[in-house]
Amino acid sequence: MKPLEALSIAWEAILKNKVRSFLTMLGIIIGVSAVIIMVAISAGTEATIQEQITSLGSNLVFVQSSFSRGGPGQQQQGGLVYDDAAAIETGVDGVTAVVVEQNSSENVKYGDVTLESVEVLGTTTGFPSVRDMEIGEGRYFTEKEIERKSKVAILGYTMAQELFGERNPVGQYITVGNTKLAVIGVFKEKGLVGNTDFDSRIYLPISVVFQKFTPSMFARFMGDRVRMIYIEVDPKANLDNIITQIELLLVKRHEVTLETADFSVTTQQDIISTRESTTAAFRSLLAWVAGVSLIVGGIGIMNIMLVSVTERTREIGIRQSVGATPEDIRLQFLTEALLLSIVGGLIGIIVGVAGAYIFGALSDMRTVISVSSILLAFGSSAVVGAFFGYYPANQASQLDPIEALRYE
Amino acid sequence: MNEAHKIIKTVDIAKVYGMGDISVAALRGINIEIAEGEFVAIMGPSGSGKSTLMHILGCLSRPSSGQYFLDGEDVSGLNKTQLAAVRNKKIGFIFQAYNLLARTTALQNVTLPLLYNRTNNKNKEEGFEKARAMLELVGLSERIHHQPHELSGGQQQRVAIARALVNDPVMVIADEPTGNLDTHSGGEIMNLLHKLHEQGTTIVMVTHDPKTAVHTQRTINLIDGLVDNITHNGKHKAAEISA
Ligand SMILES: Nc1ncnc2c1ncn2[C@@H]1O[C@H](COP(=O)(O)OP(=O)(O)O)[C@@H](O)[C@H]1O
Ligand SMILES: [Mg+2]
Repeated sequence: MKPLEALSIAWEAILKNKVRSFLTMLGIIIGVSAVIIMVAISAGTEATIQEQITSLGSNLVFVQSSFSRGGPGQQQQGGLVYDDAAAIETGVDGVTAVVVEQNSSENVKYGDVTLESVEVLGTTTGFPSVRDMEIGEGRYFTEKEIERKSKVAILGYTMAQELFGERNPVGQYITVGNTKLAVIGVFKEKGLVGNTDFDSRIYLPISVVFQKFTPSMFARFMGDRVRMIYIEVDPKANLDNIITQIELLLVKRHEVTLETADFSVTTQQDIISTRESTTAAFRSLLAWVAGVSLIVGGIGIMNIMLVSVTERTREIGIRQSVGATPEDIRLQFLTEALLLSIVGGLIGIIVGVAGAYIFGALSDMRTVISVSSILLAFGSSAVVGAFFGYYPANQASQLDPIEALRYE
Repeated sequence: MNEAHKIIKTVDIAKVYGMGDISVAALRGINIEIAEGEFVAIMGPSGSGKSTLMHILGCLSRPSSGQYFLDGEDVSGLNKTQLAAVRNKKIGFIFQAYNLLARTTALQNVTLPLLYNRTNNKNKEEGFEKARAMLELVGLSERIHHQPHELSGGQQQRVAIARALVNDPVMVIADEPTGNLDTHSGGEIMNLLHKLHEQGTTIVMVTHDPKTAVHTQRTINLIDGLVDNITHNGKHKAAEISA
């Protein structure tokens, strides 16, 4: 029997039993579409992270307050203070810019609109360039305004919309907590970066936040506490060296040791690799799930092929009596299993691509359909078909012609 | 007649089913010869080994011992694949139960043996041409696109006969070909077999019916796995009739 004839016999057999053929293929369809959808989800996640990396800038060092001392109920002590930033800027080689952040959560009012628990971020003049934010309307605040504790505010893109709708916020006054602030600018849309929504915040001179929202009785002796210092470094500088310099400087200033440090230093790279290892774990989990479903699909094929061989025992006997060799019979059933899984694979590709597309459109996760995942899923469905089709096909080929002809 | 080429020659063929205490000796030393162009009936009581002998003669199974020469070739030691090739090229089967592929047209059923013919150089269309010719020979040219369930028992058996002939076998083996048919259709099938015989086909046929047997040339009577006797009947060879 020629392979082409085996193919046409297999095709006819599949058509003669459409419902059973479909049920046989179901496992493969599910397996293949699962592979495609899951790879699309993890590729989408990776693409999002890749974009974040570019939008964050890659040469940032973060210094964060960590309050290791002081239990519950006690006033927390230690942590970063405002003057640390200036010390780092002057005392560490290779630093190109320093930005300080201190935040608070306040109610915000304009006219009859009141928004509760809005994130108010006090920061410094370097913020737009270091965090890659662009002013859309008006302007950013100046060094002088920070010194004078001027009551001015810049709105994030969605914050401006929520408070002012279509109107121009610049020149209007809003009430943050109990403080009236003049809106002098609005940022362009930035979107989510990691878990941070840059667009739903209000940006103030950091001195105003110290004075109005996070006053501290220690400020007089120790300086105003801040949450975070961003340090932009020269891309050509040695990052490890800079981190060591920052740590030594802060340890000395805070009179602590590295073990008892009230701050932590991380780099952009640390965050990226954490995220990447998370997605890698996610991706390999998905690959396992998809792989298992393909194997289950293969077992389904084997099952139904075994039933099919039993049901078609008489057909096998007839073919043997007119001269089909064991090899012919094996080829016939193997071809059928292969064809079932390949057709199942093709349907699975359609379902998977459509599913990934719909999933991407309906959920806030992004999906990226990759050609390689389609080829991989399709290839493995064919391998699964051949692997799980072999046993039933071989069983069929070993049937005794006389027994097979006698089978009712 | 002795001059004629021997299609079948068996030497002490025995067949034992099972092993040890429960073994059954279905055939216990069969020595027969059948010449080219002969029409031979095999008779015997139930369980005497007729079907077992037909299976061996038809290369569906191998003898436990002894030798079987088919068309001059010793086939007793062939493996499954080689036996399948011999069945395909040299033997046409007609079964009591027709054994056609269900949900497959008469034409496709008849082309089935061509599919497994390794020495066949016919393309698909030539194959269908040959199959159509065979269906015409058995008088079914009007029914070539019918499926078995759309045909009567007699018509199904004709399709089976056309299928048996499509690869130009050296002999046709028929195990009670009229066993499932009423007298009328059975008679028609017998007429067809006689017609084929007259055209030169070698036929070995198992039958229960002595009236059917007497129209063949010889009857081989089996009892208990042995040849009891061989009777010569009235029918003459095709060549002798026309002479
Ligand atoms: N596959 C088998 N296994 C065991 N015994 C068998 C088998 N086939 C036939 N026999 C036995 O061999 C003997 C001859 O059977 P068979 O050739 O079918 O006889 P017949 O066709 O003349 O009725 C019987 O005793 C039968 O029971
Ligand atoms: Mg019998």
